[in-house]
Amino acid sequence: MEVTQSTVSGAVAVTLNVNGKKRSLAIEPRVTLLDTLREHLGLTGSKKGCDHGQCGACTVLVDGQRVYSCLALAVMQEGKEIVTIEGLAKDDVLHPVQAAFIDNDGLQCGYCTPGQICATVALLDEVKQGSSSAITPNLEHPPQLAELSEAEIKERLSGNLCRCSAYNGIVAAVQQLVGQTPPSAAADVMVKEMPA
Amino acid sequence: MNNFSYSRATSVQNAVQRASTDKNAMFIAGGTNLVDRLKVFLDEPSQLIDVSRLEMKQLEPLASGGLRIGSLVTNTALADAPEVRRNYPMLARAILSGASQQIRNVATVGGNILQRTRCPYYYDTAFPCNKREPDSGCPALTGINRTHALLGASDQCVAVHPSDMCVALAALDAVVEVTGPKGKRQIPFGDFHRLPGNTPERDTNLEPEELITAILLPPLPFAKSGVYLKLRDRASYAFALISVAAAVDLAEEQIKDVRLAIGGVAHKPWRSQEAEQFLIGKAANAATFEEAAKIALQSAKPLAHNRFKVELAKRAIKRSLMLSAAGGVV
Repeated sequence: MEVTQSTVSGAVAVTLNVNGKKRSLAIEPRVTLLDTLREHLGLTGSKKGCDHGQCGACTVLVDGQRVYSCLALAVMQEGKEIVTIEGLAKDDVLHPVQAAFIDNDGLQCGYCTPGQICATVALLDEVKQGSSSAITPNLEHPPQLAELSEAEIKERLSGNLCRCSAYNGIVAAVQQLVGQTPPSAAADVMVKEMPA
Repeated sequence: MNNFSYSRATSVQNAVQRASTDKNAMFIAGGTNLVDRLKVFLDEPSQLIDVSRLEMKQLEPLASGGLRIGSLVTNTALADAPEVRRNYPMLARAILSGASQQIRNVATVGGNILQRTRCPYYYDTAFPCNKREPDSGCPALTGINRTHALLGASDQCVAVHPSDMCVALAALDAVVEVTGPKGKRQIPFGDFHRLPGNTPERDTNLEPEELITAILLPPLPFAKSGVYLKLRDRASYAFALISVAAAVDLAEEQIKDVRLAIGGVAHKPWRSQEAEQFLIGKAANAATFEEAAKIALQSAKPLAHNRFKVELAKRAIKRSLMLSAAGGVV
């Protein structure tokens, strides 16, 4: 996509590395990473929910770590590797986290989903690297992926809200991703229990 | 938000020098509090000096056996550090119980101690607020004040300090290392944050041109059994109604030494030295801890809606002391 150079007064030249591509643009220092992605780079997958770091819909990965793009100034992100929801799938093949959300009905309206998925990608990496959470019983023995409890998943995803309350499906998606057998989706159970 | 100019500091000296030539300049590192504040016009800087790329990201052992934490160490990096998990678990737990992973990945230790109150009246510029606009009034005094201060407040301001990490740092006798135009100085943690008094607009004793460069943690062997207990309106991603950082050093069944700090009760992380003094030499049992909790809250002045926090704090203190005395398992 061609990027139109902004000529707004006070704008500064910024080069960002987004989804593996260098993008040069002119933006004011006050512009957040979220607004830059959505308004200047045409990447509208990252969503603006609260715009105050409370809902998680704007979650993206910066140097492999999940961050709220609404609380990050774009001008401060130069030289960092930014990955958004648009950068996860490889050509036509979904990222495993995207596929798991679909398999487990981890969404209803979908507005929070890009943030939930980016957060989950990072969560799996954090567990692999041995990070503990506030509810990890022994800080020095953080859970491995296969032992990640439902409570741990919920705690580690508490920075992403879902107003449709698709939390059961989201937790199930994470359980599937770590090799556990998630419970069947409620709708599936209802279909099976319906008289023939 | 208003626009501002932006530049990257090249060194600590350079950052301080730039700040000293513009009284409306502000430093930015993680920005998780500042960017939010800029959006609601709580801060209107002429320029932001980006200090996030300076060399202040190291965790280093001190010759004393303690730890020097560079001010740009992120909350995540600090909570995950093996020496923090092992030697200062109350600090790791305090950090992990605060905010969300997204915030902790970006937020820095220096920024965390400069976090400003989340008092809703302070945040909403449609209301008067003595902290925002001196002598304009405090709507929290007669408004909805269930989350507000119990201890050390004034008739000018009843806001509470929001940080979890700072409660642990207060209990651990941390020291804040800063650099200003006149050079370096060290500020004991208890002297860093201020009570509101007649100057609620000032949260800390940091001077405007000073930059926090590190936090120093002295060695405290019994902090290994330290605990952090946080009580809030929802299970995760919420500020504390009450929190407690506690560590008990036992000799046989007797209390040899103790550290006790409370969050969610005052304009600063509240170190309860009176309760600590009472505990030293006493038998470690429920009755002793209950008495200590009473002492810690004896000067509480509840407001119309936060009386429940007095009892909540007492029970949280008792429980935290019991847990630490039992070895620190939460």
